[in-house]
Amino acid sequence: MKIKLIFAMLALTGSFSAHAALNILACEPEWGALAQELGGDKVKVANATSALQDPHRIEARPSLIARARNADMLVCTGAELEIGWLPILLRDSGNAAIQPGQPGNFEATRYVALLEKPQRLDRADGDVHAAGNPHIQTDPHNIALVADAMSKALETVDAANTAYYQARHDDFMARWRAAIARWETQAAPLKGVVIVAQHQAYPYLENWLGLKQVATLEPKPGVEPSIASLSAVLNKLSITPAKMVVRSAYNDDRASAWLSQRANIPAVVLPFTVGGTPAANTLFGLFDDTINRLLAADKVAK
Amino acid sequence: MKRKLIASGILMMLGTSAYAGDDLAEIRQEIQQMKASYEARIQQLEARLAQTEAAAKQADKKAEQADSKAEQASQVAAVAAQPAPSKESAFNPAVSLILAGTMNHSSLSPSTYAIGGFIPSGGEVAPNARGFSLGESELAISANIDPDYRGNFVLAMAPDNTVGIENAFVQTLGLGHGLSAQAGRFYSSIGYLNNVHSHAWDFTDAPLVYKSFLGNQYADDGVQVKWLAPTESLLVELGAELGSGRSFPATTKDKNGSVAGAVFAHVGGDYDDSNSWRAGLSYLGTGAQDRTYADVDAAGVATTNAFSGKSKTWIGDFIWKWAPNGNATVNSLKIQGEYMHRNEDGNLACLDNSASTGVCTGVADTYTSSQSGWYLQSVYQFMPHWRVGLRHDSMSSGSVVLGAGLTAADFPILAAYSPSRNTAMVDYSPSEFSRFRVQYARDASRPTETDNQFSLQYIMSLGAHGAHTF
Repeated sequence: MKIKLIFAMLALTGSFSAHAALNILACEPEWGALAQELGGDKVKVANATSALQDPHRIEARPSLIARARNADMLVCTGAELEIGWLPILLRDSGNAAIQPGQPGNFEATRYVALLEKPQRLDRADGDVHAAGNPHIQTDPHNIALVADAMSKALETVDAANTAYYQARHDDFMARWRAAIARWETQAAPLKGVVIVAQHQAYPYLENWLGLKQVATLEPKPGVEPSIASLSAVLNKLSITPAKMVVRSAYNDDRASAWLSQRANIPAVVLPFTVGGTPAANTLFGLFDDTINRLLAADKVAK
Repeated sequence: MKRKLIASGILMMLGTSAYAGDDLAEIRQEIQQMKASYEARIQQLEARLAQTEAAAKQADKKAEQADSKAEQASQVAAVAAQPAPSKESAFNPAVSLILAGTMNHSSLSPSTYAIGGFIPSGGEVAPNARGFSLGESELAISANIDPDYRGNFVLAMAPDNTVGIENAFVQTLGLGHGLSAQAGRFYSSIGYLNNVHSHAWDFTDAPLVYKSFLGNQYADDGVQVKWLAPTESLLVELGAELGSGRSFPATTKDKNGSVAGAVFAHVGGDYDDSNSWRAGLSYLGTGAQDRTYADVDAAGVATTNAFSGKSKTWIGDFIWKWAPNGNATVNSLKIQGEYMHRNEDGNLACLDNSASTGVCTGVADTYTSSQSGWYLQSVYQFMPHWRVGLRHDSMSSGSVVLGAGLTAADFPILAAYSPSRNTAMVDYSPSEFSRFRVQYARDASRPTETDNQFSLQYIMSLGAHGAHTF
């Protein structure tokens, strides 16, 4: 009897949370933020990872399996970024709505042309992604493309609120386009600025702003930098000097600090995603802060 | 206009030669004026030309922009029109291979290994052979079968050239309502370490409780059903298994239906961003029919003993993981422990070995035992790539009651004893796919003498990216 009662109560709490709003589980905070922008108060968003976590290295924690169980929709990067843990969530969740192929399974990288598709697939090249570089969120034009697709996915999953999602999407896009124009004006001085990146995380940002990356601190993607690999970067910089070394909020700071001291260039922490810095608390803040930090470092370097 | 210029040129030449004085000056002035007017016109024309050129360039640029926009749009359209990655390999199963090897040094021979106070569980529970030995190579193939099912197949190739099927099961994908089921051969979900493959263990071997109570790891042929409660972020998982009782502590019986059953409950969650935990309670109930093991009788003559009856094991497990902000790249700490308690109730018999001057006469009488054991281990990653670990094992043979017909001296292994072991390890993982480990264990499993075990190990993973289970 008692067990029955507990089951009934659990089922009740479950159905309550499911009907109150569309439950969205975002693999990374940028897609969580975008889902919140587009879904407004019709959605309830939980992020599986934070800006201070390396999305490559996460484990399928019990809390994530529980969240996947109740999700009506998953919004993830895809392109194998979550390969280490998302398959377990999908498998163990017992949730049909978010399985691959369902409208509730949304992968952002499907709607953007990916850069850096590897010429060959070999683990000897480090942590390479067959589909291309998955860190697409550092170019706001990509966010716009994903927003279009995500909005349509929301309309499919929750057709009853189609008009609401369309209105939110139009509103967001108007604000986003204006913001892009502002960022592009602000960031004009960054064109041609030479940088070093800790992880191969910024090809889209560099492409957008015209930054020139001459080296990465990681000798191969996903391989922690060693003193030998850092020295090689330092040597390279003596021939082609860079203005700054950038790392993401979740990266260990020691490698950047090492290079910053020896090459005498500023080390810049970029938020990389929403929540990476106090100012990057929304998608708009993410780009405001990224550009401000780059401009500030550029000024110091001059 | 040109003609006029030429004419005036001629006139000028003629004038210079024919006339002199005022006329000449007049003509010069006229020519100057004409020159100025021509220059002005030419400049005007040049300016107009430049303007048209610029306009043409702009038009070109606009056309180019339009082109690139069109290209972008078509790219986007292409991406959007192709929602799933259409690689050929996407339809192929994920294949992975584990290569492992060890070099062992032990003060006592692994061939005489036994855990004092407990009925031997057989199988590969002894420490690895001395010297160099190949570890178990594991070939795993898995893929989604269709939208509803997933299949997983793991072949284990032992160093002695025997091949065994470790796992072969199908699993449902999204039955909905938090339900999932699997059928086939799989590691039971009891305890924490039981369904972790040996290459993912933090030490080269299993804890003593796993060796003596589960014969290393309990795998069965059967079915499993799991249900996840629809809780917000707290994991509440209930599961049940039915099986053929293929492996220790069960034995396969010529019987319809199931021989072994297990139920388990897992609860887990996050304490904060940096701390996560999971706790579990499991029960394994099996029946054994003539479960044999080799021993010597009171006279020291080899005999085979057999147990028939019921075996019930309770397992409590707990794991806590810490990593700053949940990012385990640089530092992390893991604390894990499990407690097992087993009751066995039935008959024990020793084979009649009187023909070879033994004292066992094939007599069988009741056997009841209530035994327990636990381990506690901690692994700390102190910098990228490097981890250190400590483990303590402790067992108690508890109460063993032999029926009046049995002589305790005929079952020397069951003499009361509390085995224990302390293990320390250091491992280095150059990448997610390779690992080297050094381990030292002081193993007091045997009542007679303590064994000092030293091992070096490598574990390499090829092929498909493995998943990071909690």
